[in-house]
Amino acid sequence: MNEFKISFRENGKIHVMELRGYLDAHTAPNLEEAFQKLIKEKKFHILVNCKDLAYISSAGLGVFMAFIEDIRAGGGDIKMSNMSPKVFNIFDLLGFPMLYEIFTDEHDAVKKFDAKKQATK
Amino acid sequence: MKKNLRIPSQTEKLILAREFVADAAKGFGFAEDDVNNIALAVDEACTNIIKHAYQYAADREIGIVIVMKKPEFEILIEDHGRHFDPNRIPVPDMKEYMSHYKRGGLGMYLMKKLMDKVEYSIEPRKNIVRLTKYLH
Repeated sequence: MNEFKISFRENGKIHVMELRGYLDAHTAPNLEEAFQKLIKEKKFHILVNCKDLAYISSAGLGVFMAFIEDIRAGGGDIKMSNMSPKVFNIFDLLGFPMLYEIFTDEHDAVKKFDAKKQATK
Repeated sequence: MKKNLRIPSQTEKLILAREFVADAAKGFGFAEDDVNNIALAVDEACTNIIKHAYQYAADREIGIVIVMKKPEFEILIEDHGRHFDPNRIPVPDMKEYMSHYKRGGLGMYLMKKLMDKVEYSIEPRKNIVRLTKYLH
């Protein structure tokens, strides 16, 4: 009933995490593990697609805060896309758009990653 | 009118608290955005209790009482754990906060943003968080 799922896929060279369901203090450790796994594999270009994310509390938001420094230090970034207005509202209340790039569509987020990669080549 | 719920101090039960409060808020006449915000504020309060007052002990209890008297929708959340006064946690300046990638204290900030009033009282054997939202 308190379901939360993460699936992984690649979009070009970008590692996409798709979140589905309810992200609260109960399920946040799953997201933490997912980030740890990607960092361990040196996969630093991470796009979090929130299309099916129905709910987020501060426990979930805290996970994004916990890993952003390491990921940027590794030359990558966490970008997000496809949030419902309900979920975006919570990110917005906490000022996340100041720190993270949030896109309406996954395609635009991937393009932004690619543009940055080109520029740093 | 009053409604009561008791949940065990386990994060997997947070969904029960959210659903209980969301149903009542909907019945009270709040629009969907407010219903979602109230449910999230209650989730944050219960999460704080599980974490700070009970320090993840899974065999304790959280009491939730909703008192509905139009236009006031009040939720009392009680625990019998360690006293902590969340008002002593400073509400962070979010710009400063985000620029240092800090974590924690976000729930406190959210509760204050989402509700009209957030109050705490410490009684001899219990802590009470009182969340209020007005129906406009």
